[in-house]
Amino acid sequence: MDKLIKLASLIASSWIVVFVIATPAFAAGSGAELLKADINPGRINSLQRGARNFMNYCSGCHSAQYVRFNTIGKDLELSDEQLIDNLMFNAEKTFEPIVAAMSAADGERWYGKAPPDLSLMARSKGADYIYSFLMGFYLQAGSPTGVDNLYLPGTSMPHVLWGLQGYQRAVFSEHTEAGVTTKSFEGFEQVTEGHVSPALADDYEEFVRDTVNFLAYIAEPIRADRRKIGTWVIMYLLVFLIIAYMLKKQVWKDVH
Amino acid sequence: MAKVEAEIGKPQGGFMQWIDDRFPWTATMKYHVTEYYASKNFNFWYVFGVLAMVVLVMQLVTGIFLTMNYKPSAAEAFASVEYIMRDVEWGWLIRYMHSTGASFFFIIVYLHMFRAMLYGSYKKPRELIWLIGMLIFFVLMAEAFAGYLLPWGQMSYWGAQVIISLFGAIPGIGEALVEIIRGDYSISDITLNRFFALHVIALPLALVGLVFVHIVALHEVGSNNPDGIEIKDHKGPDGIPLDGVAFHPYHTTKDLVAIIIFLIIFSFVMFFAPEMGGYFLEHANFEPANLKATPEHIAPVWYFTPFYAILRAVPDKLWGFILFGSSVLLPVFLPWLDRARVKSIRYRGWIYKTALIVFVVSFLVLGWLGTQPASGTYVLAARIFSVIYFAFFLLMPYYTTVDKTKPVPDRVV
Repeated sequence: MDKLIKLASLIASSWIVVFVIATPAFAAGSGAELLKADINPGRINSLQRGARNFMNYCSGCHSAQYVRFNTIGKDLELSDEQLIDNLMFNAEKTFEPIVAAMSAADGERWYGKAPPDLSLMARSKGADYIYSFLMGFYLQAGSPTGVDNLYLPGTSMPHVLWGLQGYQRAVFSEHTEAGVTTKSFEGFEQVTEGHVSPALADDYEEFVRDTVNFLAYIAEPIRADRRKIGTWVIMYLLVFLIIAYMLKKQVWKDVH
Repeated sequence: MAKVEAEIGKPQGGFMQWIDDRFPWTATMKYHVTEYYASKNFNFWYVFGVLAMVVLVMQLVTGIFLTMNYKPSAAEAFASVEYIMRDVEWGWLIRYMHSTGASFFFIIVYLHMFRAMLYGSYKKPRELIWLIGMLIFFVLMAEAFAGYLLPWGQMSYWGAQVIISLFGAIPGIGEALVEIIRGDYSISDITLNRFFALHVIALPLALVGLVFVHIVALHEVGSNNPDGIEIKDHKGPDGIPLDGVAFHPYHTTKDLVAIIIFLIIFSFVMFFAPEMGGYFLEHANFEPANLKATPEHIAPVWYFTPFYAILRAVPDKLWGFILFGSSVLLPVFLPWLDRARVKSIRYRGWIYKTALIVFVVSFLVLGWLGTQPASGTYVLAARIFSVIYFAFFLLMPYYTTVDKTKPVPDRVV
């Protein structure tokens, strides 16, 4: 029996190893290394600001069609009045989902590709990717929007947040080796300054971080609850394990 | 003990007598539970049969509840899964139990099969148990494959596209076969509907039926044990194997401990890492299926990747399919490939021990390679480990014959 427990703990620890290895497994789109979003899903202020940012800056074009306002209200401690006054620009009832003001057909006509739904973006691409993407717009002559993105080259999304971030230029260095020229990214250079009002956030990084935090939350609103419930379930099972082990010991005591 | 048995054996009137006159309840319980004797020296490796049973029941029950809210249609499937995850009360728990359960089912079944290889459980007289078990494994693969299409995410769609198109490599009938499987010229709403039918009705029925037969066959010949000794060869005057203990209450209480330990590990994954870093729930599957955009990197779910790596290691489409199929089928022949006179690894020589370790390593490495892009070094590695995988089975008649074995004791140690 002790052997069994030893082996079980061996399995458990091997799982933890697998888990640690398996964690950073998002496929990076372009060659550029992603920035760390460093979000804190436990900070409700950050999530509330993120909700406001999302509704003001993103939801004109992007839907989050699986997310209902009243879910946000419940999880982020916002009253129905707060939801209606501050977030629901395009909805009548609090149980409605977040639907973009712009129709998908218009989006496709204007941008060539309808802006994607953002309900699950943080689960399909990762929070770091969204954070990097929003930091990664740079001026690019010849692009229809005037900008390109380091993390999603050729994106049809304009730099919506230019007023907050300002415009930046990307500096690339070129290396030619055996006739093949490779471009590598060196860094950004600020061209025009942006302005973030103190009511919005301390700086552009914080604005983006709050927004990404909110996107990570809507990707799986139940995340915080499941971790809480999981802790109780495991504690219950541990108590049950002790009882079951004592029962087994008792039943087996005359077997040699 | 004997007195209790006599009472159970001959119920005197009453409700149980009424039942037993009409249905062999008491006799069945005795035969399969209270008087089914299995070796007292079962170790860690012997818990995976009962754990597989636990997961099977869990998949069936959670599956029923998922079906109540899932919509098998290309237009609605993805949204209905999100509806379950967000709007259905406890829907997220049911869905995570089912998705985590699918991966754990394979972990358990692989370990269960490895146990048979450790202790020669497939050898005479248990060949049929092994064959039924392999059949269960094949049905389980089909069940998992059909189920993975249902969320209708990008990886559901493109994974199915890749795997189904493999059958196109069969000369002559290939293309027609692929169309029959899909029911269409590409994977579509029609494919989703038939996969749903297979996943919730046909295959689970087959699975439950086969598991029943698996257990009936097991109880006919009796369980093997880590020593590979037939405990029925040494019975006491009461006809009970000297090294056996009754399934209930002995093995049931032991299994209960194992089940709880399993549930703790399961809960860790389900509550704290249900995506398991993109292995249990692939990131790309959080995007709805898009016929116009192929994901950058298509990989089947982890439990198929060892065989997938073998497929990709072969440059020719037809031969790739043949070797892929053979790698899945080969374990079926283990009872006849293994010529050793002893069952358990405890009494085998160094050759089999080494072969088994090398085989396990090659299986794990192939599994990892199957998740990676098929580029230069990886393909070369996949070829080397594929050769090892096949060599383990094909050379087995030879190396198990020459391997020096130790004498097997009469009784369980």
